Amino acid sequence: MEPLLELRNVTFGYGRVPVVRDIALHIHEGQFVAIVGPSGAGKTTVLKLVLGLLTPQQGERWCARSTLRIGYVPQIETVDWSFPVTVEQVVLMGAVRRAPFWPWARRDDREYARQILEQLGIGALRKRHIRDLSGGQQQRVFLARALMAKPDMLVLDEPTTGVDMQTAENILHLLADLNQQGMTILLTTHDLNTAAAHVPWIVCLNETIIAQGAPHEVFTEEILNRTYRADMMVIHHDGMLIVQQRPHPHTLHDILPDHVPGHPPDETQGGTA
Amino acid sequence: MIDILLQPFAFEFFRNGFVAAVLAGALCGMLGVYIILRGMSYIGHGLAHAIFGGAVVSFVLQWNFYVGAGAWGFLAALLINQLARRTKVSADAAIGVVTTASFAIGVALISRYRRFTRSFDAALFGNVLGVTAGDVLVVLGVTLAITFLLLLFYKYLLFTTFDEPVARVYGVPTGWVDTLFALMLAAALIASLQILGVTLIAAALVIPAITARLLTDDFNHLMVLSTVLGALTGAGGMYLSYYVDVASGASIVILQATIFGVVLLYGTRRQREDVLEHTHF
Repeated sequence: MEPLLELRNVTFGYGRVPVVRDIALHIHEGQFVAIVGPSGAGKTTVLKLVLGLLTPQQGERWCARSTLRIGYVPQIETVDWSFPVTVEQVVLMGAVRRAPFWPWARRDDREYARQILEQLGIGALRKRHIRDLSGGQQQRVFLARALMAKPDMLVLDEPTTGVDMQTAENILHLLADLNQQGMTILLTTHDLNTAAAHVPWIVCLNETIIAQGAPHEVFTEEILNRTYRADMMVIHHDGMLIVQQRPHPHTLHDILPDHVPGHPPDETQGGTA
Repeated sequence: MIDILLQPFAFEFFRNGFVAAVLAGALCGMLGVYIILRGMSYIGHGLAHAIFGGAVVSFVLQWNFYVGAGAWGFLAALLINQLARRTKVSADAAIGVVTTASFAIGVALISRYRRFTRSFDAALFGNVLGVTAGDVLVVLGVTLAITFLLLLFYKYLLFTTFDEPVARVYGVPTGWVDTLFALMLAAALIASLQILGVTLIAAALVIPAITARLLTDDFNHLMVLSTVLGALTGAGGMYLSYYVDVASGASIVILQATIFGVVLLYGTRRQREDVLEHTHF
């Protein structure tokens, strides 16, 4: 089957040194894909290449449709939270191309925004300023804006960063539900365990694609060690995959022997009482 | 009281100046909202200086003031935009380089050609005595055109100001939006120059918008409030200018700054009261 969007052996760098190289990524219609990798691996750069915000230095970005509509949810850290806009005003920005002129939103767009906000459980907040929301609610507002565009594909940059575990779980549940309804989704995340539980296709990235496949195929110690350049361990527990960096042999007691409660200093090592 | 308000209208210069100041205040108030939200408060100051350079060049080359200074200001605004977008130069540095260079050209030409019949004091500090009925028509035309464009492209401008890269993903032609904004800003500055002057126009762009920002968190309310504040301080500043006998630009800006101070104090006091109200001893 022909992919919806493809990066064909793409290389890109902000200077002479490439940030990502030889990226071959195929996104098929209805797929749910997560890009994982350490900080600085190039995850956001790959998303920007997918969105067309960056132009490949080598290779090409290919789209099946010339009018592919993408709903983009940026990292919430990049949002100006002091900007004077309400939840509803942000969500209606998603409909900007349907009625680009004059300040007034169309009645059906307003109604659609209200429906989306209700579906996402934040209908009561539509007149609130965006700063007055919790991290999870803020993520939902930007997801609502993306859905407002009636997109063919959703692209989310770190949707689970800056929110608690329960909220991260809820967001991934919500995305999985949208994917069940046929939405194509591409996201980046640091949260390997939530991705393993909810996302059927994982791309391990560190400058280049290390591996891609189903979570049980790519979440192996060998692939994760190469991706994170760290000592990772994978635990299979109760049908779940749990990924963890192997604890460092040093403990706090090794570093600060005098200051760990319940650990009196060893007299032989010259500690003071 | 009515006499105090009506008496200055016996003079044609006041009538022209009053209408022009109200319109220029409203215009600067409207555009000022986008300027403060884009974090470009310094651009009004810089562009006004750049336009001063353009005005001197137009005078030397005997071009029409509005055409010469307008084209110069527009090009300076575009150049700042492109420098900030396409190079490693930050927006404030780009404003600093382009506009001071342009101002320097104006100063160099004035010192080279010492045969100016036109007073550049008026351009620097604003002077209502020089406002003609033709100038009022220009301010009116520019205000109407910019109001129309701000309404027409409201959604594009709002989205681009809020988050430019994301707006691009959603299909907003952000490059064109920025160009349009540069054009509107240059036109507004030129139209307001005679009233407010090069040195004070930046304050008229920033103060009503920032004062309104202290009072509301809603973008639509902010636009209305800033425009109304700009217009009202334009009117009040004209009376102040007439009765206290000071330059119109200075009186308008002093009034705006006073209102800003009052709102800031009120806001700080209200915040303190809120904290006390929610603190149980």
